[in-house]
Amino acid sequence: MVQNYTLFIPALPFLAFAIIVLLTRKSNRLSALVAITGVVAALVLSYGVFVEALSEGAELSLNPFYGAPIVWAPYGGMSFNFGWYVDPIGAAMLFMVPTVCLMIFIYSTAYMRHSHVDEHGHHHNEDDPRYARFFAYISLFTAMMLLLVISSNLLEFFIAWEIMGFCSYALIGFWSFRGRKEHHIDDAQVGRARAASIKAFLTTRVGDVLLMTGIILLLLTVGTLDFTKMYDPQVMNNMLSATTQPLPGVEWPVLIALLIFCGTIGKSAQFPLHIWLPDAMEGPTPVSALIHAATMVSAGIFLVIRTYPLLTFAQETGGAAMQVVAIVGAFTALFAATMGLAQNDIKRVLAYSTISQLGYMLAALGIGAFVAGSFHLITHAFFKALLFLGAGAVIHAVGTNDMFKMGGLWRKMPITFVTFFIGAFALMGFFPLSGFWSKDEILLEALRGGYFPHEGGQDIFLQVIYLMLAVGAFITALYTGRQIFLTFFGKPRDPEAYEQAHEAPAAMWAPLAVLATFTVFLGFWNSPFAPAFFHFVGETGFMGMGPFEHVEFDQIALSNAFLSVGIALSGFIAAWAIYGFRSVKAGQSDPLAHLGIIWKMLSSKYWLDELYGYKINLDGTAKPGLLIRLVGLVMRFLWWFERAIVDGLVNLAGWFTRLLARLWGWVDSHIVDGLVNATGSVTGEIAGWWRTMQTGNVQNYALVAVAGAMALAILFLLRSFT
Amino acid sequence: MIPYLSLITFIPLLGAIIVLFLPNDKIIKQFAIVWSIIPLILATVAWATMSTWQPPYNFVYNYCGPAIDVASASYTFGECAPWIPVIGIQYHLGADGLSMPLIWLTTLLTTLGLFYSAKVINTRVKEFFALFLLLAVGMLGVFVSLDLFLFYLFWEIGLVPMYFLIGIWGHDTDRPQYAAIKFFMYTLAGSVFMLLGIIALYLYSTPNTFDMTLLAAGQSNMPFGKDVLISSLAFLGFFLAFSIKMPLFPFHTWLPDAHTAAPTAGSVILAGILLKLGGYGFFRVLLPIFPQVSQQWAFWIGVLAVISIVYGSLVAMAQTDFKRLVAYSSVGHMGFVVLGFAAAAALTAEQMTNQNYINSGAAAINGAVLAMISHGVITGGLFFLVGMLYERTHTRELSQFGGFGAQIPVYGALLLLTAFASLGLPGLAGFVGEFMVMQGAYSTLTILAFIGVWGIVFTAAYFLWKVIQRILLGSADERWVKLPDLKGYEILTLAPLAVLMFVIGIFPNWILDSINTATIVILEYMKQI
Repeated sequence: MVQNYTLFIPALPFLAFAIIVLLTRKSNRLSALVAITGVVAALVLSYGVFVEALSEGAELSLNPFYGAPIVWAPYGGMSFNFGWYVDPIGAAMLFMVPTVCLMIFIYSTAYMRHSHVDEHGHHHNEDDPRYARFFAYISLFTAMMLLLVISSNLLEFFIAWEIMGFCSYALIGFWSFRGRKEHHIDDAQVGRARAASIKAFLTTRVGDVLLMTGIILLLLTVGTLDFTKMYDPQVMNNMLSATTQPLPGVEWPVLIALLIFCGTIGKSAQFPLHIWLPDAMEGPTPVSALIHAATMVSAGIFLVIRTYPLLTFAQETGGAAMQVVAIVGAFTALFAATMGLAQNDIKRVLAYSTISQLGYMLAALGIGAFVAGSFHLITHAFFKALLFLGAGAVIHAVGTNDMFKMGGLWRKMPITFVTFFIGAFALMGFFPLSGFWSKDEILLEALRGGYFPHEGGQDIFLQVIYLMLAVGAFITALYTGRQIFLTFFGKPRDPEAYEQAHEAPAAMWAPLAVLATFTVFLGFWNSPFAPAFFHFVGETGFMGMGPFEHVEFDQIALSNAFLSVGIALSGFIAAWAIYGFRSVKAGQSDPLAHLGIIWKMLSSKYWLDELYGYKINLDGTAKPGLLIRLVGLVMRFLWWFERAIVDGLVNLAGWFTRLLARLWGWVDSHIVDGLVNATGSVTGEIAGWWRTMQTGNVQNYALVAVAGAMALAILFLLRSFT
Repeated sequence: MIPYLSLITFIPLLGAIIVLFLPNDKIIKQFAIVWSIIPLILATVAWATMSTWQPPYNFVYNYCGPAIDVASASYTFGECAPWIPVIGIQYHLGADGLSMPLIWLTTLLTTLGLFYSAKVINTRVKEFFALFLLLAVGMLGVFVSLDLFLFYLFWEIGLVPMYFLIGIWGHDTDRPQYAAIKFFMYTLAGSVFMLLGIIALYLYSTPNTFDMTLLAAGQSNMPFGKDVLISSLAFLGFFLAFSIKMPLFPFHTWLPDAHTAAPTAGSVILAGILLKLGGYGFFRVLLPIFPQVSQQWAFWIGVLAVISIVYGSLVAMAQTDFKRLVAYSSVGHMGFVVLGFAAAAALTAEQMTNQNYINSGAAAINGAVLAMISHGVITGGLFFLVGMLYERTHTRELSQFGGFGAQIPVYGALLLLTAFASLGLPGLAGFVGEFMVMQGAYSTLTILAFIGVWGIVFTAAYFLWKVIQRILLGSADERWVKLPDLKGYEILTLAPLAVLMFVIGIFPNWILDSINTATIVILEYMKQI
C-alpha cells in the first residue's frame, strides 16, 4: 500500500529545500547531494505509487487513490481538507515529473559550473557562486510540481501552482543581481533577467487572479473543491440551480470553466498571455528545461485535465466552453510557430515551440481528444527537456545563444548532436518517435471529430482546427529544421567559438541519453497496435464519464499517419532547401529576411510587447508597452490626487480651525473684550483653549473629548426624556 | 485560577512605572525586555489552554451577576466586577478566539520592538521604554475589554504614548511634530464620535448598560428597536472611529505621515497592532451590536474597502521612499479586512437561513481576522527591514539602492520572504486571509470582489518592481561596498516573524480554529436581524 505514503512524494524534495537553505547552503557539493537525494527519494516513492496504480488498471479512474487527512482551514461548519488524489493520468504524471526532474538535477550539477580563464591562460571550471541556491530553488520547484500532481483539492492545487510561479520568478531572475566578484555575468544580462522575471510573474498573475475568481465561484456554486466530491453530477447540477445568470446569456458553469481556463492561458503561455515565456529564457538553461518546457507550463494543461468534467459539463449545459479551449489552443499552436521561425536565439526557438506544442495539447483537450492531449503532455515533456538540455550543452560549449554564431557543431559534439536530432525529430512528428504517436493522434481526432457528435456547424469548426494544426505542424518542421541546420551543419560562422567547443561532460550527456531513450520508445505506450495508455487513462473515461475516443488502427488512421509524416517531411525539406542546401555564411542575414514586412512582423513578435507587454532589449534595457504606461499614468494621477485633494482637505480643515481660533482670539481681544468684560473673559478662555488645541497639548485634547461627549450626552438625555 | 487577562494587561503598566525608577539605560533596556516576556508567556499559556475552558467555568471571578454569566458564555478567562455602579460601568474582561490571537500578537510584537529598540534607541531611553510599555497597556486593554466604557478608556490610553513616540523619537526630516499631531487629532476626532455612539447605546438600552455582551443582538435587549435614525447615527460614530484607525479610504492620510515619521519599533507597533484596533472594533462591536445597520450599509462600506485596496496599492506604487511605500501598502491590505467585514455584514435575512451563505460569511470573517494577524506579522517585519536598511545606509530613497541581493544575502533573503508574504504568495501568511476574504466577498458582493481582486496584481507589481528590484537586484554599487549584512540581534528580531509567516501560511488551522469558534458566535448574533 504505497499509496498511503503519497503525501511524502512532495514532502521529500521540500525537506531537501529546507535542509539546503538552513544547513548546507555553504557547501555546494553537499547541497547538490541533498537535492538529488530528495528527488531520488521522491522518484522511488512515485514509481511505487505508479506501479500500484498500473496494477489497478482502468478501475483506478473510478476508485482513485485518495485521502484528505489535513484540516487546512475551517470556515463556519465547513473546512478545506488537503490530501492526495491519484487517478490514472495523475499516476502517469507521477512517472513523468520525477524522471524528467532527476535528469535535470544531474545535468545541473555540471551545467552550473562555468569555465573561466585565469591570468595564466589556464582553463578552470568553477561553481556558480549561487550553486547551492540553485539547487534549493529547483528542489522547491520539484516539490511543488509533485504536490500539484497529487493534490486532492483545487485550492491545494492552486497553492502549489502559485509557489511554482514564485520558483519560476526566482529562477528566471537567477542572474538578476550581481556581486562584485561575479564575472560570468554582465550588466546587460542582469538587466534582462531582472525585467524578464518580473514580466513572467506579473503576466501569469493576471491569469491567476482570474483563476482564483473561477475557483472561488466554483466553490460557492458547488460547495466543495475536493476532486472526489466536486464532480458528482448532482453536485455539479447545483451550479445550474442558481436563479440568475452571472452575465446575460452565460451560464455559471461556462463562466467558471473559462475563468479557470484563464489560469492555463497564463501558466501555459497561451495567446494572449504568452509574452512572458520567450523572455523567461534568461534563466539558466536547466531551468528552461525544467520549468518552461517539461513541467511547470504543463501544470496549465494538467489544470484543464483536472477540471475536465467541469468543461464537459459546461459544454453539455449549453455553453461553448470547449470550443474556446480548442480555438485558443489551435490558434496559439499556429501563431507561436510562426514566431519561432524568426528567432536567432537557440533557446527562444524552443520557447516558441513549447508555446506551440502546449497549444496542440489544448486543442486536443478542447475537441474532446482527452487521451491524445494527455499523452502529448507526457511525451512532450521528455523530448522538450531533451531539446532544452541539448541546447544548454551547446550554449555551455560555445558560450553564446545566437545560432548565427554557431554552425558545424556536429563534429565537435556528436552525442549532443545525435540526442538533439532525436528530440527534434520527435518534435516534428516523425515515425516512430514518441512525438509522432501523440501528435498524429491529435490530428487524427481533429479529423474524426473527437468526443463531440457531429452536429451542424461543428464540422467546419473542426476543419478549421485541423487546418491550423496541420499548418502549424509544417511550420514546426520548418523552424526545427532551421535550428538544426544553423546549429549543427554548415561551416562554423564564429571560428573562435567553434574552437573552444567541446563535447558535454558525462554528467550532462548521460541525462541526454536517458531522455533520448524515452523519446524513442515512449510512443509505444499508446500506439494503435497496443494502446496501453488509452486503456489505462481513457477507457473508462475520466471519473467514469465514458470513453472519449478510440485508438484504433483503421484506414483513416493510416492515411492520416502518412499525411502527418508528409507534412513534417515537407517542412523539413523546405528548411533544408533554405538553410541546409546552401549554408548561411558568417555575417549573412537570414535568407527568409527577404520576406520583408512579414519577417519584420514575425521577428518583432507581432509588436504585442509594445502594445500590452514589456519589451526587453538585448542590452538589458526595457520599455513598457502602452497598457503598462497607461497604468503608470493612472498611478501618477492618483498620487497627485492623494496629495492635493485627499490630504489637502485634511490640511485645509486643520488650517481652517487654526484660522478660526486666531479670528476668535482677535475678536475677543479687540472687540468683545472692550465691550463686555464678563463675556469676553469666557470667550478668551475658549479662544486660548482653541489655540492650545493646535499645539498638541494632550491633556487638553482629553478634556475636549470628555467635555464634548458630556454635552452631547446631556442632549441625548434631554431627548430621551421628552 | 489565574486572572490571565488582568495580568497580561497590567504587567506592562507596572513595568512602565518600575522603569521610571531604574538608574541607568542599560538596566532599563534589559529590564524592559525581560519584563515584556512575562505577558508573552502568559498570553501563550492562555491561548494554549483556552479551548479547555467550557461554560460555566469560563469566569475567573464574576461579581456582576448571572445575566453577565449567560451573556458572556462564549468568552473565557472572564473577570467581572462593578466599577462605577451608579451608571453601571463594570470592570469586565474576557477573551475569545477573535481577541486571543490579537492579544498574543501584541505581546509578541511588543517584546520584539523593545528588543530591537534596545540596540537603536539611545536618546531619552527611560522615557522611550516607559512609553512603549504603556502603549502595550492601551492596546491589550482594548482587546480584553468587554465593557464599552473600559474599551473607550484603553482606546484613548494607547494614543498618548504613540503621540510622544512619533513626536520625540521621529526622524527630523520627516516632520515628526506635524505627523504626531495629525495622528493624534485625526484619531481623536474619530473617537469623540465613538464616545457619542457609546453613550447612545447606554441610553437606549434597558436596563442601561455599557456591557458589550449584553448589548450584542439577541441578548437581554435590543438597544434601538425600530429607531433607524438613532441606531444609524450611533453606528456611524463607531464606524468613523474604526475606519479612521484602520485606516479606510478616505480617512487614511494620517497613516503615511505617522508611519514614516515614527521610529522603527513605533512603526512596527503602529502597523502591526494599532491599526488592528479598528479592525477588531468592526467585528467586536459593529457586527454583533449593529447587525441591521451593518447590513444596510454593507455595500457602501464594501465600496470604500475596494477603493482602499485598489487606490492604496496604486498610490503605494507611486512612492519613492521605502518606508512610505510600506505605509501605503497597509492601506491596501486593510482594505481586504474591511471587505471581509462588508461581505459578512451584507448577508441578508434570507441568506442567513442558507447554510452555504453562512459558511461563506464565516470565511469572510475568519479571513479578515487572519488577514489582520498576518498583516501584523508581515508588515511588522517589513518595518523592521526598512529600519535595518536605514541604519546602514541613512537613506530610504529606493533609487539609491541596488544589488543588495549579492551584497547582503541574509537581508536579501528575509526581504524576499517578507515581500512575497505581503503580496499574498500561497504557502506564506498573507494568502490565507486574502483568499478567504475573497471567498466571502464573491458570495455577497460579487462585483466589488471582482474589482478588488485586481489589487492583488498591483500589490505584486509594486513589491516586485519597486521593493525587490530597486533594493536587491541589479549590479552592486561601489558606494555600498562596505555594507554589513544583518547582525545577530537583527536576525533574532526577524526570525520569529519569518517562522510565523511560514507556519501561518502552511498550516493556518492552528489560528483559524480559534477564530472560527468566535466567528460562529458572531454569526449567531447576526441571525437576529
